[in-house]
Amino acid sequence: MAVVTKRREEHSPLEAVASGAHGRRRWAARLLEPGTALGLFLVVSLLLMGLLSPWLPLDDPTKINLSERLLPPSPGHLLGTDHLGRDTLSRVAHGARMTLLAAAATLALSMTIALAVGILSGYYGGWLDTALMAVVDLLLAFPSLILALAVAGALGPGLFNVLLAAGAVWWVGHARIIRGVTLGARQTEYVTAARAVGAGHLRIILRHIAPNILGPIVVIASLDVGWIILGIAGLNFLGLGAQPPTPEWGAMLNDARPHLQTSPRLLMIPGAAIFLAVLGFNLLGDGLRDLLDPRTGPPGG
Amino acid sequence: MGAYLARRLVTLPLLLLGISGVSFILLNLAPGDPAEIVLRQRNPGQAPGPAAVAAMRTELGLDSSLPAQYARWVSQAISGDLGRSYVTEQSVAAQLVRRTVPTAVLTGSALALALLVAVPVGILSARRRGSPEDTAARLVALVGAAAPSYALAYGLIILFAVKLSWLPALGYGSPAQIVLPAIALSLAPMAQLMRLIRASMLETLGEDYVRTARAKGLSEQTVAIRHTLRNALLPAIGATGVNLGYLLSGSVIVETIFTWPGLGQLMVGAVLSRDYPVVQGFVTYIAVVVLLVNLAADVALRVADPRLRFGRVEV
Repeated sequence: MAVVTKRREEHSPLEAVASGAHGRRRWAARLLEPGTALGLFLVVSLLLMGLLSPWLPLDDPTKINLSERLLPPSPGHLLGTDHLGRDTLSRVAHGARMTLLAAAATLALSMTIALAVGILSGYYGGWLDTALMAVVDLLLAFPSLILALAVAGALGPGLFNVLLAAGAVWWVGHARIIRGVTLGARQTEYVTAARAVGAGHLRIILRHIAPNILGPIVVIASLDVGWIILGIAGLNFLGLGAQPPTPEWGAMLNDARPHLQTSPRLLMIPGAAIFLAVLGFNLLGDGLRDLLDPRTGPPGG
Repeated sequence: MGAYLARRLVTLPLLLLGISGVSFILLNLAPGDPAEIVLRQRNPGQAPGPAAVAAMRTELGLDSSLPAQYARWVSQAISGDLGRSYVTEQSVAAQLVRRTVPTAVLTGSALALALLVAVPVGILSARRRGSPEDTAARLVALVGAAAPSYALAYGLIILFAVKLSWLPALGYGSPAQIVLPAIALSLAPMAQLMRLIRASMLETLGEDYVRTARAKGLSEQTVAIRHTLRNALLPAIGATGVNLGYLLSGSVIVETIFTWPGLGQLMVGAVLSRDYPVVQGFVTYIAVVVLLVNLAADVALRVADPRLRFGRVEV
């Protein structure tokens, strides 16, 4: 474990950035690999769409116009309209904002829980570690979507409740990884030395242990966003999350179900949006992992 | 092996107690009085009066304390009684049993399909690393991991049922009706297995004993099948738990789309109508299945990998 931690540290992201020309070249070369570049492009497009959607020249995504129901794509409505005459392009663009906000909130919540549990468990050890890891093992064994479904069912429908449910089940695997890294860092000489000179627990955790966790967290988070987007859209699709008329991709798919035969476009568009967003984050995450985790080789290997 | 199995079998009921306890507490913390929910379900459009709510609370046993309610639920669950649905008033256990067959058929077919594609493709991909076939296979795995099963399912329906009319879109019963849902459900585990088998095959191909086998003059075919494959498939057995999770989570969505009368569809309906006894029974039932399958996979791994049996490698 100590060996792994040391290797991680040698290639920490901060150092890779700070070590000048060589490090920068490596970053640039990796980001230009086709897969990572495509991922970066998709993620940046998604971010731009999400950030700018309220200011783009789009129709109101919730404006109902029954005289323009289920129109095919036209210059006025580039992606056509849905069963209530709302502009599909506008709903997809505003959906990007929804998706990003939801994913960010879920990630923040699950990371907070994972950090708290992982650090407490790895740093203090003993019965606390045993108890926390027993809970982790229990939850790890359970299919995450079903667990989230049960939590969302208990909380009642609503986008906020879906976020709580997703965050409440998503931290489990990460807590284990963070615990492992913390455990490894705790056994290093510099932590022993810090303790010997009388540093408090909080100071040791923040100054000496936290930097070790940073690299793994960046990798986990970037690989995670795709799964979170898939999961949340899935819960929304089942009708548990965003309620009408909120423009959200999973909910749009659900709305379009009765129009499968007549307007398959209404299912394909949000489906493709979810797919491209997930693909983008997965590709970018894979690229970042190869860059930050020296144990896995280049993508060919 | 015996001691290992005994230890695992002893912890099993404790884990079950833990999961069912967490879900029991969670569902009881949920906003809204179950008695009111039941009355609203049974008499739609009417606001239940306080007397009726109080009577229903007594009928459902809600006026005793939470630990007492849980203890009663556990003692009934042990004898196979998981309570009655708030909505249909049917026995939860009977509903779960009735819906197990369709879900088992669907997840079994999806898993078989995933293995049938992922094992040969993963092996070929590793042996011809860097070739166009390898690149194509890795591309498919990447797409499979990112494609939401719900979008994929509708893509399949639109293409094969609406446009081409080759296969029925919805329903349950005939063999043709299982094709589309099984494909939709198999893609996520297929992608995961493909990546896993390719990676472990590559790792195994670099081992000393593979080099020795090659040095003995064995053909590449024999090396791959006799010396590499068995070891390369071990991680696939180890990933059974993960794949079961994919399959069960995916079946919730796929069953809803294809109106497949399985467990997933039951759960979604129960969650949306706040039918808590069904949700509680379902969670417990899935926990039993997941824990038993994980145990079986761990035992299979120990049988297949002698290093684990003799405690040389900790997993």
